[in-house]
Amino acid sequence: MEAARVTVATRAGRIAGLAALALVAAGLALPSVAGRAVIQDLFFILTMLTLAQFWNLLAGFGGLVSVGQQAFVGIGAYAMFAGVILLGWDPVAAILLGGLAALVLAVPSAWFAFRLQGAYFAIATWVIAEVTRLAVAQWKALGGGTGTSLPREATADMLLVAAIGDLFGVRDAAARDILAYWLALALAVATTGGIYALLRTRHGLALAAVRDNTEAAKSVGVDAVRLKWLVYLIAAFGTGIAGALIYVQKARISPDAAFSVTDWTAYVIFIVVIGGIGTIEGPILGVLVFAVLQALFADYGSWYLMALGLIGVLTMLFAPRGLWGLISRRTGLHLFPVRRRLDTGPTTPRGD
Amino acid sequence: MTPLLETRGLTAGYGDFRALFGIDLAVLPGETVAIIGANGAGKTTLLRAIAGVLPCAPDQVRFRGDPVGGLPAEAIVSRGIAMVPEGRRLFPSLSVEENLLIGAHGRRAQGPWTLDAVYGLFPVLRERRASPATALSGGQQQMVAIGRALMSNPALLLCDEISLGLAPVVIRDIYRALPRIREGGAAVVIVEQDIGQALQVADRVYCLMEGRITLTGAPAALSREAIHAAYFGEAA
Amino acid sequence: MIWLDTLVQGVLLGGLYALFAAGLSLVFGIMRLVNLAHGDLIVAAAFLILVLVTWLGLNPFLAALVAAPVMFAAGWVLQRHVLNRTLGPDILPPLLVTFGLSVVLQNAMLQGFSADSRRIPAGALETASLDLGPVSVGVLPLLTFASAVVVIVVLNHVFYRTALGRAFRATSDDLTTARLMGIRPAGVFATATGLAMVVVTIAALYLGMRANFDPSIGPARLIYAFEAVIIGGLGSLWGTLAGGIIIGVAQTAGAAVNPEWQILAGHLAFLIVLLLRPRGLFPRAFD
Repeated sequence: MEAARVTVATRAGRIAGLAALALVAAGLALPSVAGRAVIQDLFFILTMLTLAQFWNLLAGFGGLVSVGQQAFVGIGAYAMFAGVILLGWDPVAAILLGGLAALVLAVPSAWFAFRLQGAYFAIATWVIAEVTRLAVAQWKALGGGTGTSLPREATADMLLVAAIGDLFGVRDAAARDILAYWLALALAVATTGGIYALLRTRHGLALAAVRDNTEAAKSVGVDAVRLKWLVYLIAAFGTGIAGALIYVQKARISPDAAFSVTDWTAYVIFIVVIGGIGTIEGPILGVLVFAVLQALFADYGSWYLMALGLIGVLTMLFAPRGLWGLISRRTGLHLFPVRRRLDTGPTTPRGD
Repeated sequence: MTPLLETRGLTAGYGDFRALFGIDLAVLPGETVAIIGANGAGKTTLLRAIAGVLPCAPDQVRFRGDPVGGLPAEAIVSRGIAMVPEGRRLFPSLSVEENLLIGAHGRRAQGPWTLDAVYGLFPVLRERRASPATALSGGQQQMVAIGRALMSNPALLLCDEISLGLAPVVIRDIYRALPRIREGGAAVVIVEQDIGQALQVADRVYCLMEGRITLTGAPAALSREAIHAAYFGEAA
Repeated sequence: MIWLDTLVQGVLLGGLYALFAAGLSLVFGIMRLVNLAHGDLIVAAAFLILVLVTWLGLNPFLAALVAAPVMFAAGWVLQRHVLNRTLGPDILPPLLVTFGLSVVLQNAMLQGFSADSRRIPAGALETASLDLGPVSVGVLPLLTFASAVVVIVVLNHVFYRTALGRAFRATSDDLTTARLMGIRPAGVFATATGLAMVVVTIAALYLGMRANFDPSIGPARLIYAFEAVIIGGLGSLWGTLAGGIIIGVAQTAGAAVNPEWQILAGHLAFLIVLLLRPRGLFPRAFD
């Protein structure tokens, strides 16, 4: 008789994995057939998905509810701008600066914020974002309170833009969008894959334990503090990279936009809540729903935002596991399975 | 005489863990009933289910003939069942007197137990009325807990391990109050690990082991050996 | 004398922040709930008072008197039927639901009142000032501070000398045992939020008379309120006043150096206190 093994993979998961590969391949080839508007929409979807996955990692898996991730979006974007304007870097390369800056900000932020729990931790993250915004608004070299744009020389000469323009027969601006889109695709794939991989390591298991019952987890030797730091720093880095990329595409920045609570926290929270907190499938589903709503109703301004808020509240009250939670419960489907199961050999029970 | 409290097939537990497997017991008005059993036998679970802290099926607990199983604790208190919880559970933010007064929040009827009456029962509390409740000694805290439960003038008083952690001389002091409580008209259910004390004050005894009743009867009618066997189970 | 003047202004501003914070402190103390829509509720109350002033021609104080029971009822219903459902071991629901509420409120107000800045007209009160020797103080800030003190005295009275306050404290200590005493948590929590909304109304009155307001300023008020509560220490209303004063003084001192630094200075003061005393200056013994 075979010794029992711990397995995570499921048949649905394997199928989903293959499907994902196919989708990514299609995504890469898309610019050859899709127009600029579609590319821009997909860019938006992919970057929001990235932000959502990181927020979900923090809150859904790590139990750390932050309403201040806009701090990292903003600092990432501004660091990228600084790299271009003050250091003369290529914007694409400067994206890395964004991630680094976010990491640097994250260390003292976590240090302060972890002194508090629960709702107070949440508001502390908001305060940190506000402090960052106010401080950055003092940075005259990058436009102070009114902001600035990426210089034309920098955007015109961006890495690969000329090559892309030639490949698809499009002008510079459209080529930039295609480049940004590919980077966003790579980022979204890396993020989703990376988070999934993390959750399958023992850190992921420890994370679930800490989220469920911190004291019990500590009693079996889990270093809850170290885990929280790990998750917070990873989320900050990723969010910073995403922020930098978003503003490479926008090419124009201001403190109020880069540190906007609505764009980088409210929408993100909505996406994760609607899709399903604490699952990797959730944000993917959520961002699709959000993209549709945004396309159809964003013109209604305040009414639209009110509706989003209301849907979020109702979902949290009556379907706290979100749409994916409902689907998953009905069908038992797990496309990104993270549950460990004990596999006792050839007579493994059928099904998921 | 119709029982004041009756349980029929009472089954309760904590999530997947079942602690009680079909308890049938009855308490007549004015009676004192003792429930004895080893640690983990289910005694506290039983009281919690009756008091509404743990859920159970509606028909499994009847008070004055009405099914009350599963009702929330605050509803049970207003019907006339008060509990002295295990470990006292006094409110640290409240003084002795405030703890007693809060007991009257669930008062549903007129009755003999007023603040003065409780101070009459436990005079030492009157002296310490303004102290924070948790600053008192263990025995005094137990008195506050009992007084607090009495303040709602219950028809049924549930006492969960009131001798726990107390010195014998203090336990005797507390049990001296029991006759006065009976005079007030309340029926009393005491859960005890101290078998001697339980047998001394009870009209009837139930013995619990691993979630089931293993013995019942009047103290005088039960032999040492029978109690021993019911408490610990037959020797393997 | 500039520094004395700055100090006095800062202390009086602290009164306003203490008013923002008192309701937050009350609700958190009793049910461990932080309402992320707290700031927006203050702004909503300010709009309510404004409407009463402009439509019924009431004097602002009278309007606040009329608005208070309305806000009490609104808070009671909100807690009883929405927020009570979120209470429990999971921290996500109350945070996310109140965040959603904040978004809804802000946009509802934007829709109803537009983004224009408003002010509650206070007539002569707006500019009246009192000469106190070395400094002269505005009557309105003085009144605000005095109101904050009165509110805290009244709240403490309710907490420590009434049956309702007993129920609040017992529920805060030990919910299960409180229910064994016959306390109905749903009602107690709803009453607590209702009471907090009355304090919010008073805060809104002074906010609206003092400076312009618009639908988007809620979150900043929440942050000041929260900072005051943290600095003061959870569970102490006088501590909350101290916290408000510290923020107020930091802000006015910062503004005196450079007007653009006003808000940042307040946040930095908060971070410094958080650094040195994570539990605040006057924390309650048991939490």
